[in-house]
Amino acid sequence: MSFARTESIEEIKARNKDLIQEVLTVYPEKTGKRRAKHLNVHEAGKADCGVKSNLKSIPGVMTIRGCAYAGSKGVVWGPIKDMIHISHGPVGCGQYSWGSRRNYYAGTTGIDTFVTLQFTSDFQEKDIVFGGDKKLVKLIDELQELFPLNNGITIQSECPIGLIGDDIEAVSKAKSKEYGGKTIVPVRCEGFRGVSQSLGHHIANDAVRDWVFDRLTPEKSRFESTPYDVAIIGDYNIGGDAWSSRILLEEMGLRVIAQWSGDGSLAELEATPKAKLNILHCYRSMNYISRHMEEKFGIPWCEYNFFGPSKIAESLRKIAVYFDDSIKEGAERVIAKYQPLVDAVVAKYRPRLEGKTVMLFVGGLRPRHVIGAYEDLGMEVVGTGYEFGHNDDYQRTAQHYVKDGTLIYDDVNGYEFERFVEKMQPDLVGSGIKEKYVFQKMGVPFRQMHSWDYSGPYHGYDGFPIFARDMDMAINSPVWRKTKAPWKAAAEPRLMAAE
Amino acid sequence: MAQNAEHVLDHVELFRGPEYQQMLANKKKMFENARDPAEVERIREWSKTPEYREKNFAREALTINPAKACQPLGAVFASVGFESTLPFVHGSQGCVAYYRSHLSRHFKEPSSCVSSSMTEDAAVFGGLNNMADGLANSYNMYKPKMIAVSTTCMAEVIGDDLNAFIKTSKERGSVPEHFDVPFAHTPAFVGSHITGYDNALKGILEHFWDGKAGTAPKLERTPNEKINFIGGFDGYTVGNTREIKRIFDLMDVQYTILADNSDVFDTPTDGEFRMYDGGTTLEDAANAVHAKATISAQQWCTEKTLAFIAGHGQEVLAFNHPVGVSATDELLMALSRVTGKEIPEALARERGRLVDAIADSSAHIHGKKFAIYGDPDLCYGLTAFLLELGAEPVHVLSTNGNKAWHDKMQALFASSPFGQNCTAYPGRDLWHMRSLLFTEPVDFLIGNTHGKYLERDTGTPLIRIGFPIFDRHHHHRSPLWGYQGGMNVLVKILDKIFDEIDRKTSAAGTDYSFDIIR
Repeated sequence: MSFARTESIEEIKARNKDLIQEVLTVYPEKTGKRRAKHLNVHEAGKADCGVKSNLKSIPGVMTIRGCAYAGSKGVVWGPIKDMIHISHGPVGCGQYSWGSRRNYYAGTTGIDTFVTLQFTSDFQEKDIVFGGDKKLVKLIDELQELFPLNNGITIQSECPIGLIGDDIEAVSKAKSKEYGGKTIVPVRCEGFRGVSQSLGHHIANDAVRDWVFDRLTPEKSRFESTPYDVAIIGDYNIGGDAWSSRILLEEMGLRVIAQWSGDGSLAELEATPKAKLNILHCYRSMNYISRHMEEKFGIPWCEYNFFGPSKIAESLRKIAVYFDDSIKEGAERVIAKYQPLVDAVVAKYRPRLEGKTVMLFVGGLRPRHVIGAYEDLGMEVVGTGYEFGHNDDYQRTAQHYVKDGTLIYDDVNGYEFERFVEKMQPDLVGSGIKEKYVFQKMGVPFRQMHSWDYSGPYHGYDGFPIFARDMDMAINSPVWRKTKAPWKAAAEPRLMAAE
Repeated sequence: MAQNAEHVLDHVELFRGPEYQQMLANKKKMFENARDPAEVERIREWSKTPEYREKNFAREALTINPAKACQPLGAVFASVGFESTLPFVHGSQGCVAYYRSHLSRHFKEPSSCVSSSMTEDAAVFGGLNNMADGLANSYNMYKPKMIAVSTTCMAEVIGDDLNAFIKTSKERGSVPEHFDVPFAHTPAFVGSHITGYDNALKGILEHFWDGKAGTAPKLERTPNEKINFIGGFDGYTVGNTREIKRIFDLMDVQYTILADNSDVFDTPTDGEFRMYDGGTTLEDAANAVHAKATISAQQWCTEKTLAFIAGHGQEVLAFNHPVGVSATDELLMALSRVTGKEIPEALARERGRLVDAIADSSAHIHGKKFAIYGDPDLCYGLTAFLLELGAEPVHVLSTNGNKAWHDKMQALFASSPFGQNCTAYPGRDLWHMRSLLFTEPVDFLIGNTHGKYLERDTGTPLIRIGFPIFDRHHHHRSPLWGYQGGMNVLVKILDKIFDEIDRKTSAAGTDYSFDIIR
């Protein structure tokens, strides 16, 4: 039984504020002052969550954040399947991000699709000293020879590229010309840029604008439009999420002309300016390019959320508003079709999960978007925060998702997160691989909410039963009754996660 | 609609249903500008040819699917082998997120490490302030007994001087004057994770033995009877280190394991998160200078470290991942010679059991062809064991292997009639291996998780041994070293051989060869 259900809102707020103060005492004064701005308790009715965000992480704390390279190669560009993405620089970055995000795709790997390969220029000391542009030129020639069916190339810059002053733009232009206008995209996503992976998303979006859209020719844009064309923006197809989303859009009568970027292709990127509506799932990573398409091509965009039946239905109706009655009817038809599935899932899992509390810490959209899915199962999110959210993410969270008194922690570090969980005793923590084993050691059920713990999809009506099953298996696994040795249990009055 | 609440279909089954298959086919046809399937097939077939192999091996600039990581990962791996030690990586923070994920995915364990979170301003002005603030913060928050500093490529490119920075940080009061902050420069563009392991371990020993960066007197060596043991960068550190300790205890040898990270990567789930667990005590790290000898299980992981130790007057010995009968024999005899202790009967009996197991099963392995890839020492150890089993290694590939490794491997092949048709490939990657497997096929492939694409592409069954192993669980808990480790490796190989026979017979739909008794 968690605190949240036995205390009044005022008691919860007071307790959460005390908790923040307690955590801050460990820091040197300067650091404590800086961290204080990122921790707060949500007040209902306020425009945002009351925390600062998108500021530099503090040196020496165990931040959970990544870097701009992770944002560009790992998130935005990496899943474009028919292009080859070069991790340009030393070997490590490409190696660690290799195959780790489960961006599912269909294709013949190594021949016409390349997502699960690791291409790197494997910088050596001489490349640092003499520069890597010549190596890059040769590397592109070698790619062309060995992978003739690649539809394009991107160059994902690692830290040293910017520091030694390599001119990857010039190389891209020259090689593109040499290969008959081939799309070759330099991306300045060096890891030291910005404060997290967030800037990498923005840089990657800008590269799409400058090196794909700005080079669209009438020939490339040859695309037969229909009034029902939409593009899925900001779904990375983790465990097949974009597929379980796409099927619903098609069922309601829309035509999905592009997926960004999970299972996406260069042709789909190029077709997107012909869409009638861009529908945006991960706002944080792709709002930039959506806004650009709105300005330049006049394509409206709307956000949607396909986690859990309440938000799915709300989103299908919201998307349908942009189209005629046939689509609005299509949305209702889809909602009705899946209602029996939803009812069966809720009937089965809600009794097992009712009243359970959750603490989240993830990137992108998930610290807010998944809250509705938990609520559909009778669960309550008592703490949440973003790895790399900006102020507008916290506004969206405050206005649409979190309840009064929720503990908010921006760029939480290992120390803070562990203390918060220890004190709040949630029934479930949802975060990433670096946090997973920490909390499981503590006896707290855990799900990875970046990779779905190698499960999924979680999006759409087909994803919801999987989400419900996974939360049930995490929380109600018999293993959590074994955490304490029976001969030691008596001496420990407070059992984690025991009922 | 295929999905239902009673039997939930996840990605393994869901997308194979007709509605999703139709959806994907439509997407490909209408929107992807996909290549003609005949053309895809043509290129696929071409990529299997000797002609393609030739082009593939002519690559000079491009690396595809390398079997190596970068230096700082090895530094972090070594640093957590010391008591209550926090690894601190000076550079941009994303790297640390990657090291922590990488280690957690392999060991299914937490991995603690901090960074100095350098950004653009530090790139321009240097990272001194990040270092000073970072040390102060991590000292206060995580209460370590030691902070071991290493670098990323960013800090190396801008030329940050760790020695000076740590000194200045101490002057600013970031950590107490006598707090241990050993360091190593570990640029990611030199060597690999094994180089980083070597540099970090040397840095830590140098710190304790050679006067703590000028703040204490150098240690005078007064030789004792102890033996230092270094495991090297090893994905099986949990099982291997414990096996080595068991052997040392059986032999009644006094020892210090240097960089003993076997506990921190294997903490219990009992309601408590242990950020630090086990590890070589700082006192033992300092006193290791007095040991009689240092034994390293991996030559190429410890080249600089061993040279440093030898410079302090100790005998040093290096092995190459001692897997199997002869390699364990050599290790034990060396240990016996150095310590003057006899090899106990208990170990002789273990040896006999491994020989017994090999005799019972070698008919199934004899003459089978193998390809192997991984770190240089692992490749050597596994190859030596295969030769001992009567198997025929054909391709042995190590992305971070060098010329010396190549020559030593070739000498190993030459030492056995079973190694006559084998070639060592230093500096090559897994896309080279793909060409080798197509043009000179083998029966089995031994390597890490990334080999699963080679298994699917080329049809060569994969035996998972190496680092990282992400897609199978808990193998690292069982040793590879010693006679018992040899037994584990033998069983692993045999299981795959028998599974393959069953799989082939099942696919043929026959009852013959689908034997109960083997």
